[in-house]
Amino acid sequence: MSALLSITGVSKAFGGLQALSGITLAVNAGEIFGLIGPNGAGKTTLFNTLTGLYRIDSGEIRLGDARLDTAKPHQVLQRGLARTFQNIRLFAHMTALENVLVGRHARTRSGVLGAVLRTSATRAEEADSRLRAQALLRRVGIGQHAERLAKHLSYGDQRRLEIARALASEPKILALDEPAAGMNPAERTALSELLLQLKADGLTLLLIEHDVKLVMGLCDRLAVLDYGVKIAEGTPDAVCRDPLVIAAYLGDETL
Amino acid sequence: MREALTRNRAWIGYVALAIGLALLPFLVDAGMGRTWVRLLDFALLYVMLALGLNIVVGNAGLLDLGYVAFYALGAYVYAWLASPHFGLHLPFWVVLPLGAALAGAFGAILGAPTLRLRGDYLAIVTLGFGEIIRIFMNNLNAPVNITNGPQGINLIDPVSVGGVSLSQMHTVSGLSFSGAHQYYYLFLLLTLAVIFISMRLENSRIGRAWVAIREDEIAAAAMGINTRNLKLLAFAMGATFGGLAGGLFASFQGFISPESFNLMESIMILCMIVLGGMGHIPGVIFGAVVLTLLPEALRYTGDVQRSLLGQIVIDPADLRMLLFGVALVVVMLYRPAGLIPSARRRRELEASGAILDQEQASLADELK
Repeated sequence: MSALLSITGVSKAFGGLQALSGITLAVNAGEIFGLIGPNGAGKTTLFNTLTGLYRIDSGEIRLGDARLDTAKPHQVLQRGLARTFQNIRLFAHMTALENVLVGRHARTRSGVLGAVLRTSATRAEEADSRLRAQALLRRVGIGQHAERLAKHLSYGDQRRLEIARALASEPKILALDEPAAGMNPAERTALSELLLQLKADGLTLLLIEHDVKLVMGLCDRLAVLDYGVKIAEGTPDAVCRDPLVIAAYLGDETL
Repeated sequence: MREALTRNRAWIGYVALAIGLALLPFLVDAGMGRTWVRLLDFALLYVMLALGLNIVVGNAGLLDLGYVAFYALGAYVYAWLASPHFGLHLPFWVVLPLGAALAGAFGAILGAPTLRLRGDYLAIVTLGFGEIIRIFMNNLNAPVNITNGPQGINLIDPVSVGGVSLSQMHTVSGLSFSGAHQYYYLFLLLTLAVIFISMRLENSRIGRAWVAIREDEIAAAAMGINTRNLKLLAFAMGATFGGLAGGLFASFQGFISPESFNLMESIMILCMIVLGGMGHIPGVIFGAVVLTLLPEALRYTGDVQRSLLGQIVIDPADLRMLLFGVALVVVMLYRPAGLIPSARRRRELEASGAILDQEQASLADELK
């Protein structure tokens, strides 16, 4: 298996706080890779460095051949990493369909002139985008809500819409920031099913999650962060038994 | 069959609208006098201005309080290139696009330093830029006389098509067209073009990207939208419309001075958008027309007062501002999305109304 996303020796400090120190990870194509850790472990910081919101102090992040650590957020998406947000960030006053159409932005070209003259190229592009967007809404199971405003969707459906919007950009890897946060058990199960289907379609997923149970059931491999350091990496079973991980989550018994 | 019928009906509607718009200046002239034809012209100018600002404020969500600067720029470019001030008399089809383009360029230049600002801070900085341009125009008469200072520039060339000046009276087969009539048709044509461009942009990839930036800038960037470029594009597009309106204003009036481009003007244009329905083209047009014509109509309250009370108790000009303020407050209280809100906003308000009803009902259940 080849590494699709490789994070090499990434460090990031905020003033005196070392949020990440020398993190090295590799996510392989076609797998679901989980990133877990207690509160304040640096999961979200790592996520934000991946998506271009923070500049890293040292190290390198690559997606295939493309550098991500020097890219701006919109370039990160163009290079093939799409994300969702921990606290859902949809375009609340746009319809579900329009939200997904915005996700097509990076994969479409038409500009002001094309829009004003409505050239055949623009019309074809728009029609194609609409077809794809509708298909994606159905794909995540909210096809019937295409014309509803994003803010009026239920919580679980909003999470789904965020995934559909990210998928619209045809990413190589989809990064999900705590997708199950605030979900009830039924929604959680439905979400795992959706993510497994996406994996079956050949998509690579990077999952940051608080909920250990969900991660254990879903991920092929896991990395555990604690205080900005990677303390374990491997299959869920191996990680579960790792004494360092147990100590990080449950406290050190020897103390 | 039914589709063809609705299409036919739509065409009949368009034709009726076209005939109505073509006859409007004559009807107004006959019924209300020449002054009102001039007001009609101004209403069209304000529709262009409001639609331009609507791109920046309504679509991209960037609160710009210095919009009038681009109106001024377009007007001054026209005055410089087509008046005795520099002795240049270029034709309007050179000057107008040039003024609009220059205003558009300035839109991007003045937009660039504000890219990191949002909300109140953006409003304050743009307000400052608007005032800076006006003060420049006011003071650039020494050491080199560029703008002729507070006296303004006079004797600006009227638009002339093929040697026919639009400001003179022309009689075509018994119908006499005054300057105001002829400018009406020119303005109407350009206003329709501005409406067309606005509508096409609104329903496009670019328009959606603007709305996405308005809704959530971070999410928009994460969805691959180059927020810097698109914000600059919004500023530039809005400013281009402003510059176009400015050039038309200069040639129509024949005289401009910095006084015409003060902060009140920016706020007035903003009010048109807010009152009519932000981000919704029919609403913005309606707002612009109403806010141009209504204050003029209120002037007649002076006559009414005189005939009823024998004297003028409240100066119509004061009354105008008073009613204006009241109207704004009332609209914001009872129609927060504007007089003609966009489908988007309407849907939102209706749904939240429905949700409110649901919540009320469930509360009532609990109390039982």
